[in-house]
Amino acid sequence: MTGTLSPLGPADLDAIWLTLKLATTTTVLLLLLGTPLAWWLAHSRARWRGAINALVALPLILPPTVLGFYLLVAMGPEGPLGRLIAAAGLGALPFSFAGLVVGSLIYSLPFVVQPIRDAFIAIGPRPLEVAATLGARPIDAFFSVLLPLARPGFMTAIVLGFAHTVGEFGVVLMIGGNIPNETRVVAIQIYDHVEALEYAQAHWLAGGLLAFSFAVLLALHLLNDRQVHR
Amino acid sequence: MTLRFDLALDLPQIHLRAAATVPGSGVTALFGASGSGKTTLLRMLAGLEPGGRGQVSLGDTPWQDDTAGLWLPTHARPLAYVFQEASLFAHLSVRDNLAFGLKRARVPMRAIAFDDAVNWLGIGHLLDRRPAHLSGGERQRVAIARALLAQPRLLLMDEPLSAVDAAGRDAILDALEPLPERLGIPVVYVSHSIEEVARLADHLLLISGGRIVANGPTNEILTRCDLPLAHGAHAGAVVHATVTEHLPDEQLTRLGFDGGQLLVSTVDRPSGAAVRIRIAARDVAIAMSAPADSSVINQLHAELIDISDDPNPAHCLVRLRVGNAVLLARITQHSRRRLTLCPGMHVWALVKGVAVR
Repeated sequence: MTGTLSPLGPADLDAIWLTLKLATTTTVLLLLLGTPLAWWLAHSRARWRGAINALVALPLILPPTVLGFYLLVAMGPEGPLGRLIAAAGLGALPFSFAGLVVGSLIYSLPFVVQPIRDAFIAIGPRPLEVAATLGARPIDAFFSVLLPLARPGFMTAIVLGFAHTVGEFGVVLMIGGNIPNETRVVAIQIYDHVEALEYAQAHWLAGGLLAFSFAVLLALHLLNDRQVHR
Repeated sequence: MTLRFDLALDLPQIHLRAAATVPGSGVTALFGASGSGKTTLLRMLAGLEPGGRGQVSLGDTPWQDDTAGLWLPTHARPLAYVFQEASLFAHLSVRDNLAFGLKRARVPMRAIAFDDAVNWLGIGHLLDRRPAHLSGGERQRVAIARALLAQPRLLLMDEPLSAVDAAGRDAILDALEPLPERLGIPVVYVSHSIEEVARLADHLLLISGGRIVANGPTNEILTRCDLPLAHGAHAGAVVHATVTEHLPDEQLTRLGFDGGQLLVSTVDRPSGAAVRIRIAARDVAIAMSAPADSSVINQLHAELIDISDDPNPAHCLVRLRVGNAVLLARITQHSRRRLTLCPGMHVWALVKGVAVR
């Protein structure tokens, strides 16, 4: 941990690995769950669509501690989610990697759903109608027409969902605590370093996150610019 | 194959109740003012309006039959649809747009080859372009070729020329005209332009307020005085004629039809070619004898069928039988009284203008 040659100790590398695993898992799951939700939000005429839209956007403005607190209560042994998990015979969610994934799904939900929803709205129903009149089944039309047309939206969703999960702190602290290889992500590790006055290590990790976030956003802009000019 | 439908749909803006039988070949125009429900009806035929009720069948195959709980989704109906705006897939090249329908053709035989459709619509030089780099007319030509390559048994077209400039419109009309004969399938063509209808349609469905108010051969509907078409500024008759002779010295072409002959400016078609001509009601005058000292070269012997009032009180509308054809003449009430015109009279129709398509 005090290795002067390598700026990052094994605990730091574990935290980085765990963070990437969490962000990847969350992003993949959010794409699978968020795409149908985004489709519904883009096309439904249900009266409660507005309420669902607001719910999806809630994590954008809610303090992570509030979100984390309610998640902790819900996942606890007396909470609805906790009972469900217990009934299914699975381990407890709080202070586990699975619990972090559940928390991240909610925490990063708007960052994935909103760009995809907006892409679907911009595309409108017409391309799918055209595809149907040319003989494409709905599932065929989804992959051959909708997905390619919505690609910029999906790219934005993937990048923002991943990056936002990497930057998660408050929710992790509330529901995950600080368990090596289970819930100790980079943001927590930085916090630990600062607490221990290990500013050099904190600098390396914090600087790394900063560079990573900037690179991700830059890549996103370059990618979308290319789409526009093609 | 004949298209039959009996459909109903209630939307906030329109209550549609429409039933008709469409001939198994040739172009049937669905003609009406905007808001009359023609696009909605076309979308119902394609299965694009989920709330539509009733029956649709093509030949012996039912596509929708509520009494039997049958509803084929759009992708299972062997049709193609040309939308008002071209709606090409922006992420695909022209070539891939064309291939999209060809790959998914819903019939066992591919009667229309890729190269044929490309040649008919004149888009060979566009194949490697992206839709964003095409003009409005080029896009619509690609969209029509794409529709043909889906090997449809029914072609539905929703005002395909409305988003195209005048020059592009003519090029598309030229490409569309020979299609019905080549395809041998019914084409339903939505339009609110009487010129397009007169040029393309063999059959006419007149729609107003969500109901079909007239259904018949184009010229019969165009010249029926109880329908609004005969009273519009563009009222006129459509006549099928044949090129009989070119007169190069005079820069004229002689056309024959069963009511006589017409001399028109040179028509760039071989002798024997069938042409469709349009004679506007305002371009037909009536004389009691063939004038020898008139500049009008086209004088046809005609029998007066009937006379009806025109929205303009100074005018009346006269229907004339020339052979088997029916012409319209818009003349003044003054002339009608002066010539004491009445049904059954034999008169001369002086034709001042003939539009040849």
